[in-house]
Amino acid sequence: MKPPPFTYHAPASLAEALELLRSCENGRLLAGGQSLMPMMNMRYAQPDHVIDINNLSDLSYIREVGPHLEIGAMTRQREIEFSDLIAARCPILRDAVLQVGHRQTRNRGTIGGSLCHLDPAAELPLIAALYDATIVIAGAGGRREAPFSVFAQGFMTPGLASDEMVTAIRFPVWEAGTQYGFVEFARRHGDFALAAAAVTMRIGQDGRIGRIAVAVGGVGPIPLRLAEIEPLLQGKSPSSALFDEAAKSCAGLEAMDDVHAPASYRRHLAGVVLKRALAAAANSTSRAKA
Amino acid sequence: MTRSISVTVNGQAHEATVEDRLTLADFLRQTLGLTGTHLGCEHGVCGACTVLMNGQSVRACLMLAVQSHKQEITTIEGLDRESGSMHPIQEAFAKFFALQCGFCTSGLIMTLVEFLRDNPHPTEDEVKVAISGNLCRCTGYRPIIDAALEAARTLRKETHS
Repeated sequence: MKPPPFTYHAPASLAEALELLRSCENGRLLAGGQSLMPMMNMRYAQPDHVIDINNLSDLSYIREVGPHLEIGAMTRQREIEFSDLIAARCPILRDAVLQVGHRQTRNRGTIGGSLCHLDPAAELPLIAALYDATIVIAGAGGRREAPFSVFAQGFMTPGLASDEMVTAIRFPVWEAGTQYGFVEFARRHGDFALAAAAVTMRIGQDGRIGRIAVAVGGVGPIPLRLAEIEPLLQGKSPSSALFDEAAKSCAGLEAMDDVHAPASYRRHLAGVVLKRALAAAANSTSRAKA
Repeated sequence: MTRSISVTVNGQAHEATVEDRLTLADFLRQTLGLTGTHLGCEHGVCGACTVLMNGQSVRACLMLAVQSHKQEITTIEGLDRESGSMHPIQEAFAKFFALQCGFCTSGLIMTLVEFLRDNPHPTEDEVKVAISGNLCRCTGYRPIIDAALEAARTLRKETHS
């Protein structure tokens, strides 16, 4: 349970990190290390070069950029948990991060690391899917941006070239007054979810659902925005019967079959957590603020 | 490959040359001989290796020794009071028999040092969440929770006096 030998690099700048990434054969970026280090200890990952980007403090920030909330890739999960800006503008992200591991792992783990590791059951990629967040990517060829739906290519496979890295994540947060619900089922607190659902919704003066976004994680190989069921909910009054109907659509989801749970159980759970998240959003008394 | 590091552990400065792949936990245990930090799962699940880096709890098995360069580490050995007495959390663990085999104990105590500093008035439910990243396989969680709540009371009194 020790990592195999590698050469350690600790670049002091983004340019230096990108140059190392380009020139090192079989190199891996080390962010918070809460996924890569276990994989190295168990020798699932055997990089020849470990490029530690913890000195790139420029990549650690949470700020408003126009109507968006931009979070630097090296921002620790702890900082997201305690950020007043996130609690006000994007409270569902705070609810989600509280389910990520434990205090000891959130003190080190980063949002960029979580998105690049792309565990299908991880909470932060689920919120990125919910908002179809913009992933900001730097590489030898310059800077580019990709929506999360394009970035998340498949099971634990981010859309990154070997010489590219994520530098920031931009969430197009919704207006003040947005309601939200985040519900996950895990066997123990802090474990990866067997299924999780995230919902943001606007409820109009007439009591009907306006804009809505729905996403589920932990079920298929990547977290998914369920855009096809959103029109079924729009314009309707929130009710248990309506949410039951929406939850039925989870029966057709692609689901993983593994040692933790069979696919049929995951599909069932997806419906349960989706219904609960919809109800939590519709009934929530807390709202996103301006 | 090796690198030279200078790291402060429990207030004492250390200079060492370490292999790149050496974990912080193995550095503390094998290089410095501080075996109070335990190693259970070695992949970040059990919490036995919890230490503080710059006051924040971290899994020492998921950090490289080279990453502790210029940082301040606190281990269970660093909790002794100047008077030679134990830390109030340690005393509460002894009082409530909050350990059986003791393997998880130092990790739990380091987790609680940070938690009770940041949250001096915890509820029982908050304590349960706080220690959820530390596994006790003797399943003695009940006395551990009681000890944590007692330690919180003692630490509050210390702050006020």
